[in-house]
Amino acid sequence: MFKILRKEILGPEMVLMELAAPNVAKTAEPGQFVVVRVYEKGERIPLTIADFDRTKGTVTIVFQKIGKTTHLLGTKNEGDALADVFGPLGNPTEIESFGKVVVVGGGIGIAPIYPISRKLKSKGNRVISIIGYRAKDYVFWEEKMRSVSDKLLISTNDGSYGEKGFVTDVLKRVLEEEKDIERVFTIGPAVMMKAVADMTRPYSIKTIASLNSLMVCGMGMCGACRVTVGGETKFTCSDGPDFDAHLVDFDELMKRLNIYKEEEKLSFEKWKEEVK
Amino acid sequence: MNVNKKLTPMKEQEPHERRNNFFEVPLGYTKEEAILEASRCLQCPTHPCIEGCPVHINIPAFIKAIKEEKFDLAIDIIHESNLLPAVTGRVCPQEEQCQAVCVMGKVGDPVGIGRLERFVADLDLEKRRKGEVTVPKKEKDNGIKVAIVGSGPAGLSCAADLSRMGYDVTIFEAFHVAGGVLVYGIPEFRLPKAIVEEEISMLSKMGVKFVFDFLVGRTRTIQGLFDDGFKAVFLGTGAGLPQFMHIPGENLGGIYSANEFLTRVNLMKAYKFPEFDTPIKRAKRVAVIGGGNVAMDAARTALRLGAEHVYLIYRRSREEMPARAEEIVHAEEEGIEFVLLSNPVRYIGDEKGFVKQVECIKMQLGEPDSSGRRRPIPIEGSEFTIDIDEAIVAIGTTPNPIIAKTTEGLKVGRHGEILVDENLQTSVKGVFAGGDIVTGAATVITAMGAGRLAAKSIDRFIKGEI
Ligand SMILES: Cc1cc2nc3c(=O)[nH]c(=O)nc-3n(C[C@H](O)[C@H](O)[C@H](O)COP(=O)(O)OP(=O)(O)OC[C@H]3O[C@@H](n4cnc5c(N)ncnc54)[C@H](O)[C@@H]3O)c2cc1C
Ligand SMILES: Cc1cc2nc3c(=O)[nH]c(=O)nc-3n(C[C@H](O)[C@H](O)[C@H](O)COP(=O)(O)OP(=O)(O)OC[C@H]3O[C@@H](n4cnc5c(N)ncnc54)[C@H](O)[C@@H]3O)c2cc1C
Ligand code: SF4
Ligand code: SF4
Ligand code: FES
Ligand SMILES: [Mg+2]
Repeated sequence: MFKILRKEILGPEMVLMELAAPNVAKTAEPGQFVVVRVYEKGERIPLTIADFDRTKGTVTIVFQKIGKTTHLLGTKNEGDALADVFGPLGNPTEIESFGKVVVVGGGIGIAPIYPISRKLKSKGNRVISIIGYRAKDYVFWEEKMRSVSDKLLISTNDGSYGEKGFVTDVLKRVLEEEKDIERVFTIGPAVMMKAVADMTRPYSIKTIASLNSLMVCGMGMCGACRVTVGGETKFTCSDGPDFDAHLVDFDELMKRLNIYKEEEKLSFEKWKEEVK
Repeated sequence: MNVNKKLTPMKEQEPHERRNNFFEVPLGYTKEEAILEASRCLQCPTHPCIEGCPVHINIPAFIKAIKEEKFDLAIDIIHESNLLPAVTGRVCPQEEQCQAVCVMGKVGDPVGIGRLERFVADLDLEKRRKGEVTVPKKEKDNGIKVAIVGSGPAGLSCAADLSRMGYDVTIFEAFHVAGGVLVYGIPEFRLPKAIVEEEISMLSKMGVKFVFDFLVGRTRTIQGLFDDGFKAVFLGTGAGLPQFMHIPGENLGGIYSANEFLTRVNLMKAYKFPEFDTPIKRAKRVAVIGGGNVAMDAARTALRLGAEHVYLIYRRSREEMPARAEEIVHAEEEGIEFVLLSNPVRYIGDEKGFVKQVECIKMQLGEPDSSGRRRPIPIEGSEFTIDIDEAIVAIGTTPNPIIAKTTEGLKVGRHGEILVDENLQTSVKGVFAGGDIVTGAATVITAMGAGRLAAKSIDRFIKGEI
């Protein structure tokens, strides 16, 4: 069992939890994720490691409540325990001294982009961060992101905080203004990552996206997470989750994310009845 | 002496009934039936059956004990060589192993060795349920730590033997339960999960430690395990990497690897969705690609999830099917439709990205290939389509590459299998390997045999003998 040591509400439907998972914390690196099972009858869901503390033996997850499992997880409190926290999984993000880099995070994707930015910064890169939220209420980790960025640009869809618009609107400007961007990192909803990839493609700037495919095992033995990258089938969990965004078939990824829409709805409705 | 030439029949759930449930199909022998079957054994002085069993169970001795109604003795004899008889008695391909060489087979049916093994094992489990537990005898603890990676049959039997020798054994398992393919692959109706769990619980009672949610190669490297004080490591990580055909449309919704399909259903209990949270598609027309045990299991599982048609598409003919004869018969009785000498060439999807058809090509058999089976050759222009809403690809698995990728100096073969010497030692000192990770997909009992050999070798390695 894996104890919840700290719980923090980051915004509407957004929760942070610090979990006691010493085995995971010992070897976790930015870009990796865990597979969590909340309870005995639960499903396995992947969540990115948003932070880790090797000495305390903890990993931090940040999640958005969207369906049954994330809502159920959101009902758990400090002192409660989760059935399974499995990891760290996936390949760590490849981080070197590139020079000037841009990180683009959207919504819940801002959490996992934080440790990546931190490591990029510590390796001496000039980090331009572009983070986008739905609205002002949803803003979290602004200061954390600022502390690891040379420049931080914020947008909200409704303009209630920072610039009005999408992260890609900001990115467009940055691409026009800034020279010598060596690499772009992006994490967020698949549509957003696709838009980022389309935008950097004409500039031939290598762009890395952390994909969020459906997963079951998280260790390369089921193939649920398969994606097409450069015409080849890859497993997101074991070959990724980072891939060259210019080669990813995002349309296929988005279709695959919808495979269980009906079942997910049924499961969530049933749960809402039960907790009423 | 006048012995019955026929195998004592075992009761089974009727096909029309069982295709709607996940309960076990064969129901086991009663005491009377077991004694009757045991009396068919000739107690041959040459007992070829023992050689036929990969772990060399003293078969005539345990059968004699059954005949004499000394059931405790029978289980002790079996336990000397085989820790999981309730499992092997159910899933061993006996017709190719112990029973293939049984002398009775020359005059009639071979003795039902597997069925008798299952009988005594089930009797033992029943006793254990009543609290009458006999934990196997152990040497004095020697405090030497050994790590076992993977809790499939290979890892479990290696752990049991080392524990009996007095070692301090820890099993590291990636999933949240022990058993490997026994829990995530082989379906409930062939091997009830409660039985696997009960058999494995014996190991904890012997003092073997289990650490779950631990992926060696990621959570810790092999070197990391040595740094943590383990003196030797056994790799029993199986052949879990699913193969795809890499044909157009294979990533459409509704197309599963057999591993994913069976893991959702068996390990995650998706057949009980929405009581359990893991979803699975309840399809009406299912294509299963392949002709082995895994394909049969997937097909029969799809049927139990409510499919009206399950097509088993296999590129050779029925004779070449690698699945166990018994399982082919079971599948056929339940209504699985065999589409033989056919091979998928592409999948066709709807606008939402779900599979709606599979296009196949007819095959004919040519000259035998390196495996001795006749090579299937496509017949040009013979394409045809089948309407489906789900496909399950069961064309095989290869060893998972994660450990090889993260362990310096670990030598692997062409298919990613870990290379070992006659003692099952790998190219890295102190690291041993056995089971499917070495042989490629094989059988439960061969994996157990390898685990036991590795235990002996590890003991010798620690004593400085190898
Ligand atoms: C590598 C990776 C890292 C992720 N990191 C985070 C994170 O840090 N924070 C966060 O909030 N979310 C993250 N996700 C997404 C998260 O796993 C899903 O939001 C979650 O599984 C939804 O579960 P649910 O039952 O609440 O919702 P459901 O109603 O079941 O599903 C809602 C949607 O979530 C996606 N989803 C459902 N099941 C899975 C699954 N088993 N695997 C992946 N996606 C699924 C599907 O697109 C689905 O339509 C990550 C996904 C991946 C693959
Ligand atoms: C559907 C199906 C049906 C079958 N039916 C039969 C049958 O009827 N009769 C028969 O004899 N055989 C059958 N087999 C084959 C048999 O199950 C296997 O040969 C046997 O289980 C192999 O045992 P193993 O211990 O080598 O590996 P596995 O049983 O595969 O166990 C390996 C274990 O290692 C774990 N693992 C993998 N990598 C790591 C890692 N890096 N770190 C930690 N843990 C890890 C896995 O999660 C797994 O639990 C069947 C196989 C399948 C898939
Ligand atoms: S373990 Fe398998 S091969 Fe050996 S006696 Fe039992 S059924 Fe036969
Ligand atoms: S070969 Fe058959 S008949 Fe002979 S001892 Fe073995 S089980 Fe009995
Ligand atoms: S989630 Fe199973 S292979 Fe990636
Ligand atoms: Mg869900």
